[in-house]
Amino acid sequence: MKPENSEDKKYFFDKPASMKILAWSFLLSLVLLLALEFFIHKHTYFPSEEWPEFYCVFAFVGFVALVLSAKYILRPLVKRREDYYD
Amino acid sequence: MTEVLPPAAIFIIGGLLVPLIKGKWKSAYMLLIPVVGFINLINIPEGTHWVVEFMEYDLIFGKVDRLSLLFGYIFHLISFIAILYAIHVKDDVQNVAGLVYAGSALGVVFAGDLFSFFVFWEMLTVASIFLIWARRTKAAQGAGYRYLLVHAAGGLCLLAGIVLYVNQTGSIEFGYIGLNGLATLLIFLGFGLNCAWPLLHPWLTDAYPEATITGTVFLSAFTTKCAVYALARAFPGTEALIWIGAIMTAFPIFYAVIENNLRRVLSYSLINQVGFMVCGIGIGTQMAINGAVSHAVNDILFKALLFMSMGAVMYRNNNKINCTALGGLYRTMPLTCICCIIGAASISAVPLFSGFVSKSMVMSAAADGHMQIIWFILLFASVGVLEHAGIKIPFFAFFGHDSGLRPKEAPLHMLLAMGIAAFFCIFNGSFPSYLYSLLPYPVEYVPYTVPHVVGQTQLIFFAALAFILLTLSGMSPAEMRAVNVDADWFYRKGSGLFYRVMDISMNGLTRVADRVIVGELTGSICRISQRWPEVLCLGIMIPLWSITGVKGKELEGKIERTRVALQTHTSPIGISAAIATIFLVLIYLLM
Repeated sequence: MKPENSEDKKYFFDKPASMKILAWSFLLSLVLLLALEFFIHKHTYFPSEEWPEFYCVFAFVGFVALVLSAKYILRPLVKRREDYYD
Repeated sequence: MTEVLPPAAIFIIGGLLVPLIKGKWKSAYMLLIPVVGFINLINIPEGTHWVVEFMEYDLIFGKVDRLSLLFGYIFHLISFIAILYAIHVKDDVQNVAGLVYAGSALGVVFAGDLFSFFVFWEMLTVASIFLIWARRTKAAQGAGYRYLLVHAAGGLCLLAGIVLYVNQTGSIEFGYIGLNGLATLLIFLGFGLNCAWPLLHPWLTDAYPEATITGTVFLSAFTTKCAVYALARAFPGTEALIWIGAIMTAFPIFYAVIENNLRRVLSYSLINQVGFMVCGIGIGTQMAINGAVSHAVNDILFKALLFMSMGAVMYRNNNKINCTALGGLYRTMPLTCICCIIGAASISAVPLFSGFVSKSMVMSAAADGHMQIIWFILLFASVGVLEHAGIKIPFFAFFGHDSGLRPKEAPLHMLLAMGIAAFFCIFNGSFPSYLYSLLPYPVEYVPYTVPHVVGQTQLIFFAALAFILLTLSGMSPAEMRAVNVDADWFYRKGSGLFYRVMDISMNGLTRVADRVIVGELTGSICRISQRWPEVLCLGIMIPLWSITGVKGKELEGKIERTRVALQTHTSPIGISAAIATIFLVLIYLLM
């Protein structure tokens, strides 16, 4: 057990300033990645890969679709009480 | 061949000797086994070694080629890491089981014939079961029994296939088999069960999270990868595997989203990653097989790393492993947190981490084969990996809501083990040429091209953006304590139905049998067998006596004495023999 006062210790992610730096650098990276698309030459296998920002859109939409379908379709079907098998 | 030993022998014999060594030396001894094993391994030349004649067949304990060697190397490395991680474990059951399990895996990989292959394959199950039971909880006991039953069924399926196959071909050599006919289908399914194919998979997600903290690290490395090896050896280019693999990558990610137990999330993730390998083996081109095998190597490392980091969290937090119970641990377990993030980055295929250089090979092979639907499924599954393994695992354990837990950092030996795995995750990702040089086929694939790096980074960052927005808007599924039913429902709940059906049918049969056979039939036979000698005997004797002039009281007396003698089996030998003879003659005439 740690002494009481250690609970007051501010860790990295508890500080608003460091969160702010993180958030801004993340946003900046997003913008950079969106922009990079127009400076590279893609070698694509399928026509859909040539759409602008294909990977960005696919990742975002895929992620949201995955999470929401797991939440609203799969979970109601399979969720049981913790002691279901006991 | 006198100076080198079969790799399996070093681990199995070495493992069985562990209980004889006491005190401090035990740790050193156990760590020495994979080291000695590795030195032994690198001195084994390619080719066929240790051929033992057995009942007209040749058992081969050393089929050494580039495919088996690579699995051999990684099995030695992960054994060393897992033993180091488990060095605090005093329980010899686990220590022996871990080493014998690793040895069996090496036996499978270097087996050149189907008999020794099968024996080592079954030893995998037997040894690994103790890593589950050693947790000594009711849940672990139940999961262990289910694991044993499922694997026993799979093993029998494989054995039936092997017997049929050997009968058909007359050869027990283990090489390319290919899918044609019943025998090969049974072998295929036997491999598939250990590979955790869809619907055959629940043994994995059921049992691995219930195993001991250190046991799960061993488990994650061997059983499924041995199955991947077996498929790569016997069924490369089998089209069914492409679809099986693609489904394996896609369906577990949905379960992983809503699962609360973080080690179970990793178990689903394990199936998802093995799916990429199975898919690659199904595609079957040189690049696809290279991709599958290199991904197996990388997955062994990063999956073990993730299981180790979650194990360290359990170890320091009184076995807590649910999302609902954890959170904010980065404050006091920063090094474990960093190791976990390295594992998460590797599995998510972040550039410079190991997944990036191997998973993409399978995807490129799919694209080269113009398999558009497969490619999209794999890409979607890659996004899913980011969700559960890339973000969920580190986030819910080390960040997220502050659980108020302030545990100590993981012990030194665990940190070292995680550090070694983390080193190889980064090394294989940043300098892939070393890994590529060990692959079965020459590698022409170049992972680090600008479009690949940019595309993959876009994928990762925008998936992360989706996660952040979903979490901030409260639309992410809430973590809750619950069971999510999976295909194991059929035998976990179905077993109750089976029990009742068996109760009614089998116990009913017993009752009927009791009434008819015990109650009535036996009595009748008894009565008949007593009555018939009497009838036979007296039927012959009474006329004889009458002819010889025996009458009245004397006749009645004779009849009575004969009857008593026959009932109490005290008749003179002559009469018994005569009756037996008559009986036999009768039977002879009747037949």
